[in-house]
Amino acid sequence: LFCSTTSRGSSMKAAVLIQRWYRRYMARLEMRRRYTWNIFQSIEYAGEQDQLQLSSFFTFMLDNFTQLNGNGPDLISQLLDPVVDPWLDRETCYNLIHVPESYTGPRLSFPLSVADTNALLSAFKDQQTLHARYVLQLLYETKKLLKQMPNIVHLSTSYYKEITICGDLHGRLDDLLLIFYKNGLPSAETPYVFNGDFVDRGKKSVEVVILLFAFLLLYPDYMHLNRGNHEDHIMNLRYGFTKEVMQKYKTHGREILQLFQDVFSLLPIATVIDGKILIVHGGISDQTDLDFLSSIERHKVSGINQLWPPGVRKNNFLHIHRQLSSFFVLVNTFICFTLEQIVDILWSDPKIQDGCSPNTFRGGGCYFGPDVTQRLLLQHGLQLLIRSHECKQEGYEFCHNGKVITIFSASNYYEEGSNRGAYVKLGRELVPRFYQYQVSRTTRKLTLTQRVRAAEGSALRALKEKLFSFYICTRLASGRVSVCEWALVLESVLRLDLPWRTLRPHLARLAPDGSLEYQSCFEDMGPGIPLPQVTPNLAETLFRYRTDIEIIFNIIDKDHSGLISIEEFRQTWRLFSAHLGVAIDDSAIDDLARSIDFNKDGSIDFTEFLEAFRVVHKLDSKDQQLHEKMDGEKRTG
Amino acid sequence: MAENSKSAEATVLNTKILKKLKGAFQAFDTKSDNTVDIKEIGTIFYSLGFFPTQADLQKFTSEVEDERSGYIHWDRFLPAMTKVLLEDKFPPIADELLLQAFEVLDIEKRGYLKPEELTNYMTKEGEPFTQEEMDEMLTAFTDEEKKHIYYKDVIPHLTLERKM
Repeated sequence: LFCSTTSRGSSMKAAVLIQRWYRRYMARLEMRRRYTWNIFQSIEYAGEQDQLQLSSFFTFMLDNFTQLNGNGPDLISQLLDPVVDPWLDRETCYNLIHVPESYTGPRLSFPLSVADTNALLSAFKDQQTLHARYVLQLLYETKKLLKQMPNIVHLSTSYYKEITICGDLHGRLDDLLLIFYKNGLPSAETPYVFNGDFVDRGKKSVEVVILLFAFLLLYPDYMHLNRGNHEDHIMNLRYGFTKEVMQKYKTHGREILQLFQDVFSLLPIATVIDGKILIVHGGISDQTDLDFLSSIERHKVSGINQLWPPGVRKNNFLHIHRQLSSFFVLVNTFICFTLEQIVDILWSDPKIQDGCSPNTFRGGGCYFGPDVTQRLLLQHGLQLLIRSHECKQEGYEFCHNGKVITIFSASNYYEEGSNRGAYVKLGRELVPRFYQYQVSRTTRKLTLTQRVRAAEGSALRALKEKLFSFYICTRLASGRVSVCEWALVLESVLRLDLPWRTLRPHLARLAPDGSLEYQSCFEDMGPGIPLPQVTPNLAETLFRYRTDIEIIFNIIDKDHSGLISIEEFRQTWRLFSAHLGVAIDDSAIDDLARSIDFNKDGSIDFTEFLEAFRVVHKLDSKDQQLHEKMDGEKRTG
Repeated sequence: MAENSKSAEATVLNTKILKKLKGAFQAFDTKSDNTVDIKEIGTIFYSLGFFPTQADLQKFTSEVEDERSGYIHWDRFLPAMTKVLLEDKFPPIADELLLQAFEVLDIEKRGYLKPEELTNYMTKEGEPFTQEEMDEMLTAFTDEEKKHIYYKDVIPHLTLERKM
């Protein structure tokens, strides 16, 4: 190949060859990065789908509580922690909370001054926690302020030079501090709009949201917050904010969470700049009506427990607002429409083709096409839609012919090096300018290879964890299954749209006969867990509801102590069986309650709770015995 | 008869390959609407084991792009790729040649290349690298201590057939 007449010719050929090989190498790396990205996204969205499915369970419970004997109605009201109207003032006795001398954190004084926000910034950089008394007071003041705000906030660049718009932060304090460092703190010269999803997933949601609210109180004219789909107490139960609050505030956590719930539901849902640029967290739908949205009472949508599955418009929200029950039909229709409108704003994603379809990926909101965007912008004389809600590798992305911008501000969202964060600035001419960044734990520059490898490892681990919990709930008799079956089962139960056959080599070994060794998947995951005896059908159903069970447990466990009482357990089991459509008599439940190994004071912890749902089922244990008998016969026969 | 067996053979070939093509395509179908960005075509080709030149890629792209939308739809991608496969248009390059290639550039036969030398070749000859590509290559393959590129060590990385 290289025996060319000129040495120049042969060096050129050599160069071309090396270049092609290198490009191929980089392409393969990019491929792996893509797969990894898909894994992360699938897991994330599947989780959110489960979340919205839980809401249908709640709706079912609401519909059917009268059919349950015993303390049905009380349990329901207990479970749902229902709508104490956030407009009303909860009793907040923050001034009765004593702050000890030994507390070295910030002592805020209201109304807040720059000294207070500076104190908060230093404290959080030093890993300090703000005392519960000040958190409560801050939230109380924030609530008062938000009540005065409209649903859609209108801003004008004639008062500012440039407005900075940031996307999802998800509890990433480092990213927020980096933005403030690069772009400046909120002030008259540097106004901000934060477009939702301040909490959940990241470990410093409390600090992030406290800072945002503090600046909001300090500069209500220069600091603007939109509600995101994670500013929702049901989402917080699932995605970590509730846990974080309870861990940091053991005594006053519940009170704090109640106030957060109120504050979240009072956040504005949209911001408009110069009547030309619309900023919402998720997106829009073909039903979005900005005038209608301006007029509704947004605080009535406290959380997605008021939802129903996409594509099904139910008219059964009688129980949610009892005071409206006398206007049943009319008001119900109105409420349904209101909820839909808000959900669309907080949950929708743009798509490439025209049209508007239900967002089955997320389980709520819509996929909206360029024509929907065009129509809405035209209708209201707007020129641009800025939204967040989706992680982008570069921190931002245009779509719909430049009419939609997605802005995402949590860098390394999935893994170190997975993506940049970004914010966008708009001046008077309303031309967007983007600023990207990436928080890094290491100062050394990582190569693409290293980053891909790290992200890949992380994704596979996350996937294995999913498989592991699936495995706990199901067990196939022989531990061997064909690759095809394995892929089918995973697709249907986990509902993760991933290339399972391609991923197989990383997840499980093949036996010499070509079948898949199920257990090989979990060899590096720790000591063997004894497997329960369940048949596939119940097991699948249980797995599907596993996270529901966890959330239900957390809801019943009012003080978040990790324990519930036997009586509460009995009620929940009855409810759950009713939902699954499984008949079960009281004596069986009592047997179960007695057979669980709980501690002396009659409490159950979550592991025992899950065990109960898994182990007992009269029919199933019979089936299992039958199967084992048949297997035995097969082997000997 | 011969016709039938030929088409049958082609069908069998297609089913296995089809899955592979579909997999590669779907990895870049971020909106799940059966389209991929044309910028990703090179990556898809390489991941399937082909070695097109930049010129080859441009030609392919212009033939299958959806009316200059910047996207390629699966329906046009598949037949074009099948053709590429059956005609073996971009055959792989043997990895032994890679070693020879480096040796040609290593005029003094030292066993390594200096970063400036490699940069000179890669950015000025053949189908030149962009600055970004060059930076990434140097970061990845330059020995930390000696600041040289020991190509014999680099080659296994480039040619490793990792399944994913």
